[in-house]
Amino acid sequence: MALPQARQDATEARISSLTLPEGGWAEPARRDALARLRAMGLPTARDEYWKYTRPEALVAPEATVATALDSSEAPLFGSRDRLKIVFQDGVFSPGESDDLSLEGVNVDRLSDAKDIHWAKDLYGTLEARGQDPVARPLATLNTAFASDGMLIHVTGKPSKPINLIYHHTADRSDAILHHVIKVDPGAEVTILENGPAAARFNKCMEVDIADGGTLHHIRAQGRDHDRAAATHIFARLGQESVFKSFTLTMNGRMTRNEVVVEFKGDDAKAHVAGACMGDGAFHHDDTVFVTHDAVNCESRQVFKKVLRNGATGVFQGKILVKKDAQKTDGYQISQSLLLDDDSQFLAKPELEIYADDVACSHGSTSGAIDEDGLFYLRARGLPRGTAEDLLTIAFIAEAVQEVEDISLQEELVERVEGWLARRRG
Amino acid sequence: MLEIKNLKVKLEEEDKQILKGVDLTVEAGKVHAIMGPNGSGKSTLSYVLSGKGGYEVTEGSATLLGEELLGMEAEERAAAGLFLAFQYPVEIPGVGNMTFLRTAVNAQRKARGEEEMSSAEFLKVVREKAKSLKIDAEMLKRPVNVGFSGGEKKRNEILQMAMLEPKMCILDETDSGLDVDAMKLVADGVNALRSEGRGFLVITHYQRLLDHIQPDVVHIMSDGRIIKTGGPELALEVEKNGYADMKEEVA
Repeated sequence: MALPQARQDATEARISSLTLPEGGWAEPARRDALARLRAMGLPTARDEYWKYTRPEALVAPEATVATALDSSEAPLFGSRDRLKIVFQDGVFSPGESDDLSLEGVNVDRLSDAKDIHWAKDLYGTLEARGQDPVARPLATLNTAFASDGMLIHVTGKPSKPINLIYHHTADRSDAILHHVIKVDPGAEVTILENGPAAARFNKCMEVDIADGGTLHHIRAQGRDHDRAAATHIFARLGQESVFKSFTLTMNGRMTRNEVVVEFKGDDAKAHVAGACMGDGAFHHDDTVFVTHDAVNCESRQVFKKVLRNGATGVFQGKILVKKDAQKTDGYQISQSLLLDDDSQFLAKPELEIYADDVACSHGSTSGAIDEDGLFYLRARGLPRGTAEDLLTIAFIAEAVQEVEDISLQEELVERVEGWLARRRG
Repeated sequence: MLEIKNLKVKLEEEDKQILKGVDLTVEAGKVHAIMGPNGSGKSTLSYVLSGKGGYEVTEGSATLLGEELLGMEAEERAAAGLFLAFQYPVEIPGVGNMTFLRTAVNAQRKARGEEEMSSAEFLKVVREKAKSLKIDAEMLKRPVNVGFSGGEKKRNEILQMAMLEPKMCILDETDSGLDVDAMKLVADGVNALRSEGRGFLVITHYQRLLDHIQPDVVHIMSDGRIIKTGGPELALEVEKNGYADMKEEVA
């Protein structure tokens, strides 16, 4: 079926602004993605899946200007023992990175991996699987045109986390990164991500976790005010595997984070959580799709959004339980704390269940700071601002607590406290 | 200590007068009790004194050690030494009891220009005081009042009072929802805090709390006014005859 002309034109305009990297094992997957992209076209504001988030800034041929925020804050995760992998406006920077060798993991740069590579079977494969039943064209565009990224093969239990750091300096940088992470049976790793990355950032992460494997993923999206980002995670989970992903977002004019989880083996767990802090020109969209196609798996979606001065938060979350996915335990909660009347939260929680022996629950709420709680704290001597901040931190706690490592929880909460304190002046 | 003069209060959102001229003085070192039927304005008095929103003071004053309370923010009243033990302590999910206590203690110290309490010192003091109220380490770790039983919530209020060392304590129906054992524990906690420099205002429906916390003065409140003041025997009279007789007496 031919695409409407306008959509086709917009798609071709974007394609013509990019160059498809040639050669190597990934080229067939890239060409396949390009063909798929041309068939589906880039999203428009008319698409149901983009009802609450306008895709223009994410699909335009050029990135709009976003100046890097000049911050005196110490870098996140900076005091930890970790394997640093640094990207500068979307380009791997070996000079700022650590040596990539670490016991229990093999790390290769996407653009260096010229020969037949383990990632050949995965690159673009999980992304393509994640296109059904809902199209995610920005991820397909990523597969075709990604200019850099890391291929991370976890074979054991590395002694420290891998930290992907995304620096942003150029005002119009337009970065497309694609990572592939393969976790072997019984292997376990923590991946940390932080930084604004670019004026516009398109990132795709394909994650394949084998039986008994564990991946902890903790991400903090940078604070630059005008940046735009579209990110995708496609995770496939083997038997008794664990995938835990948490994202903290502060500021950002336009962010769309999509997470697609597929349970392939029985008895696995996937927890996807996020907290965002938005002030003013801020739009943040979490779109999550979890498919249960195995027995006795547990999925949790926990999303909290703090919004003020006209900020917008969006949540589209779905749990699909296929007919044989008995004993599924699915949970989904999305909540917003609206600190004034100008901000808004748009939520579309969905359950679609074909199995008959499952426990699934979902809820979505919007509300202001609890006045009774506020008075209680003030009656004990907490100044109004301190009391409000404490209640705000308490509001996001359920999401932050999805991070298993307590010291990481504390570091993330400190960032939020700093953000709140700056707004108190 | 606490001096209330001709206090008149209406609801902010509707034209309804709740307090119609309350006069009351609580001296340092004394325990005053206010008894009265439902809807007489007892709880409103406690809220207005502690700075809750939703009320409009139309006349009168309330001073604590000579300082006018009514223009202050709730937190300023707390720092000035006023403490309200809530009838319904609020649950605050996500905020640890200990964090809350330390933040409160230090916020008040800071407001008074005093040095903050160190973590080590705070821990030592809080453990000691919690122990006498039979509050275990687990309860201190849990989010404020979340999942606490009625008795645990009230004990937690008294622990806060003990930590904050206020000058003037108002207890709003602290006996509600307590069984006899829990009431005794709470009363012991309160009695331990009785001292020459501290005043208490105990609001209650029933005589039974006053068996455990012996008042010096008892006031009867009805329809927004104090209609009778006397010694502890007044509470026994209420227990025997109810409030109806007194209202008729005044009328």
